[in-house]
Amino acid sequence: MTTLIEAPPTDADGLLPSKKKSSGGGLGQYILIRFLLIFPTIFILVTLVFFLMRITGDPITAAMGGRLPPEQLAERIAAAGYDRPILVQYFEYLGHLLTGNFGTTLSDNRQVTEMLTTYGSATLELTINALLVALLVGIPLGMIAAYRRDHAPDAVLRVFAIVCYGTPVFFAGMLLKLTFAVWLGWLPVAGRAKTSSELELTSLQSPTGIYWLDAIRSGNMAALGDVMAHAVLPAVALGLLTAGIFLRLVRTNVIGTLGRDYVEAGRSRGVSEFRLVTKHAYKPALIPIITVMGLQIAVMLGGAVLTETTFEWKGLGFQLATYLTARDFVAVQGIVVLLAVIVAVTNFIVDIVAALIDPRVRY
Amino acid sequence: MTTPTTVEPTADPRASLIRRLPVISHFNKSVGLQRGMLVAGLILTGAFLLTAIFAPLLAPYGYSQLSDADGNFPAQQAPGGKHLLGTTVGGYDVLSRVIWGSQTAIMVIVVAVLMSIFIGVILGLVSGYIGGWLDRILVVIADAIYAFPSLLVAIVMAIVISGGQSSLLGGIMAAAISITVVFIPQYFRVIRAETIRLKAEPFVESAKVVGASNIRIMSRHIYKNATRTLPLIFTLNASEAILTLAGLGFLGFGIEPSSAAEWGFDLKQALADTTSGIWWTGVFPGLATVLTVVGLTLMGESINDLNDPRLRGRKKAASGKGGPASTAGTQAALQAEVRGS
Repeated sequence: MTTLIEAPPTDADGLLPSKKKSSGGGLGQYILIRFLLIFPTIFILVTLVFFLMRITGDPITAAMGGRLPPEQLAERIAAAGYDRPILVQYFEYLGHLLTGNFGTTLSDNRQVTEMLTTYGSATLELTINALLVALLVGIPLGMIAAYRRDHAPDAVLRVFAIVCYGTPVFFAGMLLKLTFAVWLGWLPVAGRAKTSSELELTSLQSPTGIYWLDAIRSGNMAALGDVMAHAVLPAVALGLLTAGIFLRLVRTNVIGTLGRDYVEAGRSRGVSEFRLVTKHAYKPALIPIITVMGLQIAVMLGGAVLTETTFEWKGLGFQLATYLTARDFVAVQGIVVLLAVIVAVTNFIVDIVAALIDPRVRY
Repeated sequence: MTTPTTVEPTADPRASLIRRLPVISHFNKSVGLQRGMLVAGLILTGAFLLTAIFAPLLAPYGYSQLSDADGNFPAQQAPGGKHLLGTTVGGYDVLSRVIWGSQTAIMVIVVAVLMSIFIGVILGLVSGYIGGWLDRILVVIADAIYAFPSLLVAIVMAIVISGGQSSLLGGIMAAAISITVVFIPQYFRVIRAETIRLKAEPFVESAKVVGASNIRIMSRHIYKNATRTLPLIFTLNASEAILTLAGLGFLGFGIEPSSAAEWGFDLKQALADTTSGIWWTGVFPGLATVLTVVGLTLMGESINDLNDPRLRGRKKAASGKGGPASTAGTQAALQAEVRGS
């Protein structure tokens, strides 16, 4: 079973081009190579997305087809340059991307870059909140499961983890909404803030777009409470999905380290069981956890699309779903490319952190 | 409760054929908690399969039926009476749609996983065996797709294939192909790694010496050995396929309600109901999804644990050897199921 799945893609599995030649090159070289590898990844994704989206036809026909008379349609296609050879369009698109021009959305005629910066912060806020929930729930429970391995708590926690993983995030969101917002009425049903606080927060000078940060800066405690109340349910819905994964990951890795000789040695010296689990066994188990955390960012962004739609959280995911419904593929392409960049950069950072912690990774 | 098992049915070539069959041998190997999880997984998966097979008999109405002899179904009727689980805003019977939904799910899983195994295995074998620039390119592409949120890959594919709206067959194929593209890199990686390892084995050398062609070596000697673990990934990926299908349906890339029942689509429709306190339209398709995924995951994970001596039961010899290599292996195994949402 050791051969079930190869080590994570970010791992040193001999794919980095010059790794084999440079036996033992330093950390600097590793970072450089790893950094350069970001570009082919993004380039491949951009290329794939561009050509795949064009197989279906040009975006204008997709968005307006059937609603405009044919001659008007052809006119607009020609005006936007979609009647030129696809390769010309592709290189033009690449050139525009390099200068940061993602195009203009078809359905509401906005700059894609402007849309990305407006809604990106909401998604960032949601992802951070969810990651916090996931870590706070997943890591301690994982330690408990590992320590009480094969006993009742472990069984309960493992099933809990599987249920977390197996629940579609929008269903979890729906249940949370029903219970805490509709029936108990404790928390708001949807959105990021009340209209009044939203107005206040967006009219701040140079708002960060991350509402709780803006609320703290403005010193408006009522708005802060309102923002927090809105943030709870989406964060829990998205966080639980990942919490199950962290739980299992921590459990498996801590079980591995708990059986090591130095843990036994610590125990014989009288180190408390609590300390053994949380320090001795947990610390060395961190490396794989950090690596997987990087992969989880991708999962979370995917989950954010669904969570935002469930809670009408006006972020990139919500916009993506809206543009998908409107068949505005220019906007969809822009969001997908941005997410590709985020994922590639996150994986890069995670790899560097892993290399800093564990020298074995870079050789 | 975790007394080490003394009998290892698979290790004994003389054991009867029945005892050597995959699931049964796993059952015999398991003890205590692990057996419980395996059995729970088998029951849930079995229930899912049976529901899908006997859907025409089990479902009280058709998936797109809006009326019967007594007239039209009422909209948003609470569970009870003629409609055990209530009706939706469009007047569909919730119970019937939940039951029919299992059929759609199973079709998509089977098509998706078979296609991705087929393509992934071929690419992995060729890439690992031939190596060189072809291998490099395929690996970079596979890694790029692998690292990307799988739901977004599926969305892009769904746009490409169907432009969004679809009939039954078109919808199933669109969902299945979208999921396939997500899975191919996983199978590709597994098979490629195995192939590279096996390429150096003496029996491949001997086959070469005897004069076997490359295609023969790939298709017989390496293929047989490299694909041992695939049934396991199948179960793990089946659950991910259901989640991806539901996600696509939830975003509106589902199958039209008149052509088939699909849980994700029903959940999307139910979202608007929640604010007015109508719970039955969403809770039941959601529960069906969760139970199916949990069943498949429990089964896959139990088999995974039982195949891995380090995770099977708690034996003295097993617990002491959790070195960095083995934790990495276990963790990597987890990742197969860890991706997805």
